[in-house]
Amino acid sequence: MKSALGKNKDFWAGMMLIVIGAAAMFIARDYRFGSALRMGPGFFPTILSGILIAFGVCITAVGLRSGEKIQGNLSLRAFLLLPLSLVLFGVLMDLAGFIPALTALVFVSAASGREFKWGEVMLLTTVLTVASTALFIWGLGLPYPLLKGF
Amino acid sequence: MELLHNLVFGFGVALSLQNVLYCFIGVMVGTLIGVLPGIGPMATIAMLLPLTYNVPPVAAMIMLAGIYYGAMYGGSTTSILVNLPGETASVITCIDGYQMARQGRAGAALAISAIGSFFAGTVCTLIVAMFGPPLANMALKFGSPEYFSLMLMGLVTAAVLAQGDMLKSLAMVVLGLLLGIVGSDVDSGVKRFCFGVFELADGIGFVIIAVGVFAVGEIISNLSDPEERVVFTSKVGSLYPTRQDLKQSTAPILRGTVLGAFLGILPGTTPSIATFAAYMIEKKIAKDPSRFGHGAIEGVASPEAANNADAQCKFIPMLSLGIPASGTMALMLGALMIHGITPGPGVMTSKPDLFWGMIASMWIGNLMLVIINLPLIGMWVSLLKVPYRLLFPAIMVFSAIGIYSTNNASFDVYLAALFGVLGIAWRMFGCSPVPMLLGFVLGPMMEENLRRALQVSNGDPTVLVTRPISLAFIVVSVLILVIMTMPAVKKRRSDITG
Repeated sequence: MKSALGKNKDFWAGMMLIVIGAAAMFIARDYRFGSALRMGPGFFPTILSGILIAFGVCITAVGLRSGEKIQGNLSLRAFLLLPLSLVLFGVLMDLAGFIPALTALVFVSAASGREFKWGEVMLLTTVLTVASTALFIWGLGLPYPLLKGF
Repeated sequence: MELLHNLVFGFGVALSLQNVLYCFIGVMVGTLIGVLPGIGPMATIAMLLPLTYNVPPVAAMIMLAGIYYGAMYGGSTTSILVNLPGETASVITCIDGYQMARQGRAGAALAISAIGSFFAGTVCTLIVAMFGPPLANMALKFGSPEYFSLMLMGLVTAAVLAQGDMLKSLAMVVLGLLLGIVGSDVDSGVKRFCFGVFELADGIGFVIIAVGVFAVGEIISNLSDPEERVVFTSKVGSLYPTRQDLKQSTAPILRGTVLGAFLGILPGTTPSIATFAAYMIEKKIAKDPSRFGHGAIEGVASPEAANNADAQCKFIPMLSLGIPASGTMALMLGALMIHGITPGPGVMTSKPDLFWGMIASMWIGNLMLVIINLPLIGMWVSLLKVPYRLLFPAIMVFSAIGIYSTNNASFDVYLAALFGVLGIAWRMFGCSPVPMLLGFVLGPMMEENLRRALQVSNGDPTVLVTRPISLAFIVVSVLILVIMTMPAVKKRRSDITG
């Protein structure tokens, strides 16, 4: 059964490969291609990009013919919040220290689940923060300030 | 008896207090994650890799291997008790294992599964010890053309035999190779695909990709499709199988071991293929096939043995050739590289303690699993009730700290977030990320060997097909591709791998 292009998984997979391949090939133009005898830094990436684009074209073609739908569901909440929790962790590690970074990480990632119970998440945040501080900072001796500026 | 001598040496290494301890930690963690819902061995090994930076390489590898086969044991426990496979490999065990549990024979099923796994583990430890060294010795004589073709064959076989769409798997291998060469070119020093980012000059960290795709991506996917777990039975029953059980299981365990060992050596075959094949064979040769699906003990014994045999034999190409045969083995190779060891046939001679210590530890680990797991079954069952919503934030904590601590760079954490997003996108498009990881690990080595091969031949690419061994590898790759694209085989393949 054909499905709309927007939900066609093979079409998207193929397009993704073509885009990545084309971008890589474009960037690799700046690297010396060299010759087979002396492969330059551009040799391998250019060939790989070419193969990737070829695969992309084939898969897109398959997609346009058969048109299988995208697999599984996607929880938009998890898709946005989980990566965000990692980004927050990174930013806060640089700005505020280990404890605020961890707190934000646990809190935001817990919020990306289906159920969110305030009491439980508070408890989980505390337990995980204390346990990680004990394990990583005191136990393994990672050199991160618990709280910056104090 | 060189083999005996080497094994004794290996046991000497593996039985040191430190290594026994790490082996124990590994199998315990492995069983734990095998039992726990929604977290597999790949995510766990990726997540815990950074914790092993300060551990000696031998101990680290012993622990990581323990996680891997420990997870297989844990996975069968949940299959039998709650009809939910902890790992994909244990799907088959659900069929008859769970029926046995419903008939009050959970204990017997668990015991037979443990005995079968242990037997297969023992046999395959010996197989690794016997076949690893000759294979490595042969590979030591390889030049760059042979090595390039060997890697090509490994990647093609892995992609073709992997689950899912073949075309996409091959494309993902190429994508992985491209990702693998990000960073400074070893030959010219040119920084490739770095976008001026200082942190990328050394390439994309292995842990970043592994954790991003296999931990973060997996969590997003689990949160999108939640599964309900209902523990059916808390009564395990007698852990001692009857004489009749043992008699019925002996032959199936032997058959499962042989089948699993054979399939295990092939790159790309997942344990699920081995277990599926083992189950089908048992059903076919049984006097009364109708018992299957209603608690036939053979349906537990043979797949469980096959599962463990497959898992163990996957170490052969990894340890002796440096070629990953599965996603988990790619992680192990990555772990070796992080510890400054170049994987390949040289490991056996340059690091004999690692090679033989790991082999011996596998047997010790299997023994530990039998001894630890059966009496502790009650504890594992109660862990099944831990809700996922408490688990995944903890996984995130380990992942984030692990990545950050590798280079003390928050950029790495952002990159992992990006790979989490990519990982889920790939899954939705039906592109398995495992072939990508295999390509990623082998990317730099493939480029280097191709470069050297072409230098040796004065720039003549036919060197790959004029040297006999290299030609053999290329022919096998092409043959596998051709066979797998034949319509009849293609259909059967999709029946099995789904």
